[in-house]
Amino acid sequence: MLKKKVLISGNEAIAEGAIQAGCNFYAGYPITPQNELIAYMAKHMQQAGGVFIQAESELAAINMVYGASAAGSRAMTSSSSPGVSLKQEGISYISGAQLPAVIVNIMRGGPGLGNIAPAQSDYFQATRGGGHGDYHLIVLAPASVQEAYDLTQTSFYLADKYRIAVMILGDGILGQMMEPINLSTNKINAQPSKPWALTGCKGRKPNIIKSFFLREGALEEFNLKLQKNYDIIRKKETRYESLFLDDATIILVAYGTMARIAKSAVSQLRLTGKKIGLIRPISLWPFPEKVFQLKSKKVKYLVIEMSYGQMLEDVKLAVNGVSQVEFLGRSGGGVPSEKEIVSKVNKIL
Amino acid sequence: MEKIFVHPEALYDVSTHYCPGCGHGIAHRLIAEIIDELGIREKVIGIAPVGCAVVAYDYWDFDCSEAAHGRALAVATAIKRARPQNIVFTYQGDGDLAAIGTNETIHAANRGESLTVIFINNAVYGMTGGQMAPTTLLGQKTSTTINGREQEKHGYPLKISEMLALLPGVHYIERVSFHNPQGVLRAKQAIKLAFKNQINGLGFSLVEILSPCPTYWGLTPKESLDWIRDVMQKEFPLGKIK
Repeated sequence: MLKKKVLISGNEAIAEGAIQAGCNFYAGYPITPQNELIAYMAKHMQQAGGVFIQAESELAAINMVYGASAAGSRAMTSSSSPGVSLKQEGISYISGAQLPAVIVNIMRGGPGLGNIAPAQSDYFQATRGGGHGDYHLIVLAPASVQEAYDLTQTSFYLADKYRIAVMILGDGILGQMMEPINLSTNKINAQPSKPWALTGCKGRKPNIIKSFFLREGALEEFNLKLQKNYDIIRKKETRYESLFLDDATIILVAYGTMARIAKSAVSQLRLTGKKIGLIRPISLWPFPEKVFQLKSKKVKYLVIEMSYGQMLEDVKLAVNGVSQVEFLGRSGGGVPSEKEIVSKVNKIL
Repeated sequence: MEKIFVHPEALYDVSTHYCPGCGHGIAHRLIAEIIDELGIREKVIGIAPVGCAVVAYDYWDFDCSEAAHGRALAVATAIKRARPQNIVFTYQGDGDLAAIGTNETIHAANRGESLTVIFINNAVYGMTGGQMAPTTLLGQKTSTTINGREQEKHGYPLKISEMLALLPGVHYIERVSFHNPQGVLRAKQAIKLAFKNQINGLGFSLVEILSPCPTYWGLTPKESLDWIRDVMQKEFPLGKIK
């Protein structure tokens, strides 16, 4: 395998990862701080033999992804918080029609138009479905440019495997920062056959892509089928990174960019002999709750987010009252610093 | 003896859920006949709307997708771009195409997408119980315009076909009507041309059909056809618009 190291931004790494994973349809609408992604797709998608469309709106973009996926393409769209709110209608329909799709949210400050600073305040929207109905997305949160590249490839694989929408949840820092990465293609990404796709009914019965179940009991039956799929995903697709869980008395919990800052705080605190560990959820849905159940009551958790406490709720649910859970968060452009984390840990100790 | 009237292969032999006198059944059948005549059943992909015709795929014997309300032309754009070898059409009502989906409609047309659009204009929202549509006539009573549509409060009937005709990306637009058998035959010719245009790669084609909704017009089926001829066609004149 050709190993090529390149200096690239997170947004570009996600775009290149998608192309490497065989993404052959992209539709998007410009919004800061993810504009490098749509620009990269405009430049490279045609060359890769795929379709690029700058849509007239976020609604159109996500519905184009719906259509492309229905026709058997590996389809992706990307945006940032306000744009992802607009996409929720389409995401619900994609989930209801069991279409594989990859959706990127490079989060910025909210609510409303907010600002263009990094944020993690769309966690609830991402992990609870976001649109109407009982559904989930697989939500993956990279913490480095390399991981953004790798997880994008994984996303297409998971989307096809489970016929589900997968969200890459990053923030403005991840999207904008440049890091050297290895461009290697993940071999698990062969294009699977899609006998359900709309290709014209030659030699078979017509295929129908739909999310409408009017007959009494039919929707409940379908929803139970979705839940069954979610149960399998919960069992098989949980991802996290952990540090020093063996001896830690305080475990920091953070994801994405925030986890990198938390990691620096862990190193600093351990230099002074403090037993601090880290859990970095990589899959935000399914949430890696089991890792929180391995520890004794004496362990305390400190959840750190660029929000006012969203993942915090999942940590509390996972801990289920057994351990103390503390929180440090800023939002609207504020990013908890290493110094703030260290000072908070020293207060809890 | 030669058989001159047969059941189309592209149409399942089932009865529909439509009200007596509704135009959807006629439109479904015309599309099915044309698909058979053009020999494209095995490569056609239809987009069913949100509205009374949402389950059109229960009547059509070929590949279909639902689309969210108003988004049919975004979905169709992507399917056609992903699979240019297929023939892709949308089937949309007035609320879908000219209210909630106006943006998708205008931009797909403006991009000159190689698509066929069948636009059912019955001047009312049928599935939700007869509310005002963008195409509701001035003075027409609906459940949300109880004294009749008033221009001061509700604006004018939207002539989206004429608006779309201004766009250079649009190849063909015609308004037809189901008010009598001749009108139905003319509608068939127009729909067939709209499909042929796609086969020949000529660009965006749309056929607007003035179609009866006796239930929410409060008229008998026969009165509805006369109302199309005497009232609706005055606001929405028939013929080739582009």
